[in-house]
Amino acid sequence: MTLDVSREYDVQPLWLADRKIGWGVPLLLVLTFVVIPLLGNEYWLNAIFVPFLILSLAGIGLNLLTGYAGQTSLGSGGFMAVGAFATFSLVTHVKFISLPPALFLAGLIAGLVGLVFGIPSGRIKGFYLMVSSLAAQFFLEWVFQKFPWFYNYGSSGTISLPRLDIFGFNGGSSIGRYYLTLVIVVALTWVAANLVRSHVGRNWMAIRDMDTAAAVIGIPVDRYKILAFAVSSFYLGIAGALWAFAYLGAASVQSFGIARSFQIIFIIIIGGMGSITGNFIGAAFISLLPLALDYTVQSIFSGHVDAGLLQNIQKAIFGFLIIWFLIKEPDGIARLVKTFGERLSAWPLRF
Amino acid sequence: MTNPAQDNSDHILDVRNISLSFKGVKAISELSFSVARGEICALIGPNGAGKSSLLNILNGVYLPDSGEIVFGGEHFRQIHPLEAARRGIARTFQNNALFKKMSVADNILTGLSRHTRTNLIEQALKLPRARREELDFRERAESLLEFLELQSYRDIVVGNLAYGIQKRVELGRALVSSPTLLLLDEPLAGMNADEKAEMTEFVVSINRDLGVTVVLIEHDIGIVMNLSSHVVVLDYGCKIGDGTPAEIQSNPDVISAYLGTVQQRRADEPVH
Amino acid sequence: MNLFIETFIGGLLAGTMYSLVAIGFVLIYKASGVFNFAQGSILLFSALTFVTLKESGIPFVVAVGITIGVLIVGAIAIERLLLRPLANRSPMTLFMATLGLSYIVEGLAQGLMGAQVHPLDLGIEDVPIFIGGVLISQFDVVAAITALVLVAILALLFNKTRIGISLRAVADDTRAALSIGINLNRIWQIVWAVAGIVGLVAGMLWGARQGVQFSLSLVVLKALPVLIIGGFTSIGGAIAGGLIVGAAENLAETYIGPFIGGGITPWFAYFLALAFLYVRPAGLFGELAIERV
Repeated sequence: MTLDVSREYDVQPLWLADRKIGWGVPLLLVLTFVVIPLLGNEYWLNAIFVPFLILSLAGIGLNLLTGYAGQTSLGSGGFMAVGAFATFSLVTHVKFISLPPALFLAGLIAGLVGLVFGIPSGRIKGFYLMVSSLAAQFFLEWVFQKFPWFYNYGSSGTISLPRLDIFGFNGGSSIGRYYLTLVIVVALTWVAANLVRSHVGRNWMAIRDMDTAAAVIGIPVDRYKILAFAVSSFYLGIAGALWAFAYLGAASVQSFGIARSFQIIFIIIIGGMGSITGNFIGAAFISLLPLALDYTVQSIFSGHVDAGLLQNIQKAIFGFLIIWFLIKEPDGIARLVKTFGERLSAWPLRF
Repeated sequence: MTNPAQDNSDHILDVRNISLSFKGVKAISELSFSVARGEICALIGPNGAGKSSLLNILNGVYLPDSGEIVFGGEHFRQIHPLEAARRGIARTFQNNALFKKMSVADNILTGLSRHTRTNLIEQALKLPRARREELDFRERAESLLEFLELQSYRDIVVGNLAYGIQKRVELGRALVSSPTLLLLDEPLAGMNADEKAEMTEFVVSINRDLGVTVVLIEHDIGIVMNLSSHVVVLDYGCKIGDGTPAEIQSNPDVISAYLGTVQQRRADEPVH
Repeated sequence: MNLFIETFIGGLLAGTMYSLVAIGFVLIYKASGVFNFAQGSILLFSALTFVTLKESGIPFVVAVGITIGVLIVGAIAIERLLLRPLANRSPMTLFMATLGLSYIVEGLAQGLMGAQVHPLDLGIEDVPIFIGGVLISQFDVVAAITALVLVAILALLFNKTRIGISLRAVADDTRAALSIGINLNRIWQIVWAVAGIVGLVAGMLWGARQGVQFSLSLVVLKALPVLIIGGFTSIGGAIAGGLIVGAAENLAETYIGPFIGGGITPWFAYFLALAFLYVRPAGLFGELAIERV
């Protein structure tokens, strides 16, 4: 077959091929690495930005599995727990290990566990596959509560690290924890972006859209499904460890229950399934909405509203938003932003 | 004109005594025919005649009960779709098996998925080898986009495109891996006259400019007769005609299968 | 041996509770193809409504009546605002929507009626009774009988009434049902209302057992293994699945549990379902879907 590939085709350099990158990213990096730490106070750094970053990372993890590869999972919380408890065990039992390598290893362990629970995906499809991630979720919850070895026989079942040893430096300060989280999240986001723009990401999306056709054109479907589970759990594991040690300080398996799994699902639905930036949008939503709601309601009713009621109202609003997004814009806010951006670029025509 | 089936050395594909049945219903019975290298061969016949099933056998989706296929000198009865693709057989599907939420470019790129030589880590860290391979794949996809005049649709999600354009994207996905044999399952289905003319042009240039042998299933007899140099007619799973378009058009068995028996014409009606 | 029979029967009876929840699922799935994640929340909501009404002094029967009324209104609202706008979307989308619905229902339920545990007294005492030398809980027996009565009523409904036959038509072939003039929207409203009522019965029984509280809504997750084993599309399957899961869980806890630390009921059923799927991907009574390219 004679296809003329000797010509220079107008193929954009890969790093420009995605319009989302460009001037936006360097600006964001400056913002997050320089501006925010300079301007932000401890509350904003540790109670807002750190959890926002970690939830975004968890969102990316689940999005790779569900949004890109199309495999539904209700086990995000469980895999986060694996990462947290694995990090704890490594730091506690392995002398002189620094936190970053411990996190990486813990991620690998979480990835391995995810791989195991992903094996059924070769045989079981759709809804039925949920039972595998549910089994994972509840089994892992049981393991980290039932066997005291995992929390080093502490009486309260919680795990915490005395210091966050980042290659000799103590990362326990609020700035330290912010930068630790930021560096990890930025690095892993870059990796995720690389993956989704490669044949790995395309294979995942093909499996999501029509796995029978994917198999016929030569994509090893089973292998890639399991790979999705493994990579996803790697991300979730690291997010879980960061959640326990960079954000909460001390955590028990309660922080990683089924409610957490639902929370991550909400992030990817609202932010946009099959998108990387969407996870940040979704996480921002989840983090900021309660605050905004709190503020609005308290100022309207001058602080007479019971906290429990507020939480339930928030719950109902979340549910409403999920349904609203599914009806109006199933690809989440990320798509809304993109459409808006496209319309802006056509301005003043057809706005 | 020599019958294409006689000249053995120029055959790219030999179908020999293939039979296939589903739960007792015979879909194909003792089918044999040959396809010469570089020709456009059309499979025609009433619905349910077994044509799609034959394509499925050729690329390994179905296993025939008996008989064998000879492709590129190699004999097989059972073949894995992956292996068929590797040997150079590509196909499109009746129901447009495209990845609806992916862009046109990405859909075509999936056709190259099995050619990748890079692993997960290389892609995750965008190492030089991964970059080079990705660039190479994109260039190949780009040349196909140009050939099929799809460049302006490059980044559009396939699900949003008109049916005719989608079918072209599917062609692109099948062609990007440089197959030697292309199986088209009703490539003109659901199109209006303009779209059909366009698609026919593309099939012609694929065959002529890219040197790909084409086997297609199609119902539009007018187009089939102009497009192909070799026609095989199936009815109820049996071959009832095999030859050039002119030979087929005057074959009484073919005519009766399509139009009912010749005797049922009214006495005063002229015979065409 | 006695222990085995007791555990087994106890498990079966507990399983009827699962069956009740699963029946609600099957109804909705058969009629509208939706895997209703909100079934648990509806269970909680209905039980909570009933309990709140009863606690404010309203007599039992009236409270039940009002709750059913609320459920009917709810079903109509769900059909109008959720099912219709999402009519042609993928099953996964619909499932996510019911996830959202569950959050709305829970937020409303606990927001309006409080998050504390409400004890629910149905007048059935949980005393052990002896039948043939085996110890059985009286409550479980009553629950089982209730479930049977409910199934009998549903069977009557589906086979003897016009509405019931229309429901079966819709479940069988939605397009054909539409083409003979069956009002699909009305059918869906009815199905969701009936499922809600089934949920109310289940919620009342579960609530009497462990108090009406939030964890009631998580019972929906357990329905998944039940439906996998029994199939999504038949009530008989839902019952069989519930019984199997109930018995298996109880037996596993008694015989396997002590070796690995106990408390395995939260997760055992899911592994059971997984193992089952490997052998029978379509469940005991379910149908396997074939995908054509």
